[in-house]
Amino acid sequence: MFYREAGDFKTSYTDDNQTFPIKFDRYRYYVVLAVAFGIIPFLINDYWANAFLLPFLIYSIAAIGLNILTGYCGQVSLGTGGFMAVGAYACYKLMTAFPDVNIFFHVIAAGGVTAIVCTAFGLPSLRIKGFYLAVATLAAQFFLVWLFNKVSWFYNYSASGQINAPERTVFGVPVTGANTEAWATYLFCLVFLAISAIIARNLTRGMQGRKWMAIRDMDIAAEIIGVNPMRAKLSAFAVSGFFIGISGALFFAVYLGAVEVGEVFGIQKSFLVLFMIIIGGLGSIFGSFAGAAFLVLLPVALKLVGVDLLGWPTDIVAHIQLIIVGALIIIFLIAEPHGIAQLWRVAKEKLRLWPFPH
Amino acid sequence: MMLDSTDSYVTEDGRTIGGVVMEMKNITLRFGGVVAIKDISFDIREGEIRAIIGPNGAGKSSMLNVISGFYVPQDGEVLFHGKPRPHMKPYEVAQQGIARTFQNIALFEGMTVLDNVMTGRLNKMNSGLLAQAIWRGKAEQEEIENREKAEKIIDFLEIQHIRKTPVARLPYGLKKRVELARALVSEPSILLLDEPMAGMNVEEKEDMSRFILDVNDEFGTTIALIEHDMGVVMDLSDRVVVMDYGKKIGDGTPSDIRNNQAVIDAYLGVAHD
Repeated sequence: MFYREAGDFKTSYTDDNQTFPIKFDRYRYYVVLAVAFGIIPFLINDYWANAFLLPFLIYSIAAIGLNILTGYCGQVSLGTGGFMAVGAYACYKLMTAFPDVNIFFHVIAAGGVTAIVCTAFGLPSLRIKGFYLAVATLAAQFFLVWLFNKVSWFYNYSASGQINAPERTVFGVPVTGANTEAWATYLFCLVFLAISAIIARNLTRGMQGRKWMAIRDMDIAAEIIGVNPMRAKLSAFAVSGFFIGISGALFFAVYLGAVEVGEVFGIQKSFLVLFMIIIGGLGSIFGSFAGAAFLVLLPVALKLVGVDLLGWPTDIVAHIQLIIVGALIIIFLIAEPHGIAQLWRVAKEKLRLWPFPH
Repeated sequence: MMLDSTDSYVTEDGRTIGGVVMEMKNITLRFGGVVAIKDISFDIREGEIRAIIGPNGAGKSSMLNVISGFYVPQDGEVLFHGKPRPHMKPYEVAQQGIARTFQNIALFEGMTVLDNVMTGRLNKMNSGLLAQAIWRGKAEQEEIENREKAEKIIDFLEIQHIRKTPVARLPYGLKKRVELARALVSEPSILLLDEPMAGMNVEEKEDMSRFILDVNDEFGTTIALIEHDMGVVMDLSDRVVVMDYGKKIGDGTPSDIRNNQAVIDAYLGVAHD
């Protein structure tokens, strides 16, 4: 009833290759876009922007980036926090060095810088796989955080060792700094997320995505049929780094405004984004969104229920949250290794025939 | 019948077999102290079905791995279209137009049948990362052109109905066919099949044999195959190489091989007295 594909015939390969080949899916996507761009900006307030919407948008970009690397190309990375820090510091340096250039380009350039750094740290992947690669990327995480703490050039020799985002505007509306409004920051991040998601989807449904997945599923066979493993792996690191860099730049410049690297971009950040894609669904763009929404919403929801509704002390609720996240990851790994995205797919399969299954 | 390397001839069933496409010259392959292949030479002619047979451990798969660039022989050289082939990575060999299937299926389990087959077209697609990211112009056009080619092969091998099924869900026989499709879709000049009929029942073997003959007939693809089922080998192939303990003990038409004493000894054993 909710979900009809009967009579939805494709007459060309272009139709069949669409991102949403089913008409119903396509319209739902347009509705989501319309709501996100046209309605939410009018309803948004500071609490919702800072508690849920901004982190959701920014983590979604990071999750898409990591999903390309880990979910599609099969290269496990624990360096996400470090790479986000690269994006943040690149953005900061660019913002302060070229104050006249629009922040939009700074964020994209920060993505580019991170892509290069990420590719460099991806070089070990040509030799090592799996856990060993994870450990190598862990080295990137610690090295990068150490580097941004140690070399004061990165934080422009400020006494506190922090970086602070100066005020920058887009079309005359401030998106960074102290005088921002919720709707402006929200829209700014949303634009980046929308573009990132579309690019990621295009890459993963085309030949590049197939090369990545071929490397993930069976690297030897991939090489035998003509995938250059070096180029496939490094391109995954580069694209992944680009998205993660953008998310790091937005996280610093738009969301937090001031960053101390060890606190914000530590190893917890790497794990958080990894959990997002595991819970959301490896190898799925939708899963990146679902995982980010889930892990961002969970603390908010728990606080609503635990503190506001039941009146429990805040610290106990914070600990319960850790327990729940841990348990959920174990449950997902055992029961549904493909995450929320797979649950969604199964639900759609069921809804195809509902309520007349015969 | 003695033939020059450029001669061509017509078989009894009317197929034209051309000159030599690939020649293995004095190939020796060692793994430490184990000699897997010992001084073997043979050639593959254009358009023929060339079988490599031999008992277990004879070095057949190693030979195929040498052809596809996976192993580098210590001695000898591989001549492709008359020119010695320099040392190449497997993906560079693939780009030259040599496709293969594996003894243990090597499909990409997480991808659909269509995506697996499309992956076989990757050497024909060269739009850049940026063009693919925006999915306009060349990238989209290439995708559609190659999709048409892929669909032709999918039709040919009769796997249309499972087009969008993830490979992991397919039964063994169909997986073998999908793997053949993936190799075939790259329009290879030589197709290497490593035991295409291993583990199949009689019906599936018949189907597979028919597909191999059809492929050879329809596209004129040169095929080199390893197979254990003698009946299949004798029926399908134009010429057969027989290996035993890394050495070549026979080379010729199926009827030559059937009457070759060394081959009979290797397969049936010799009386020791």
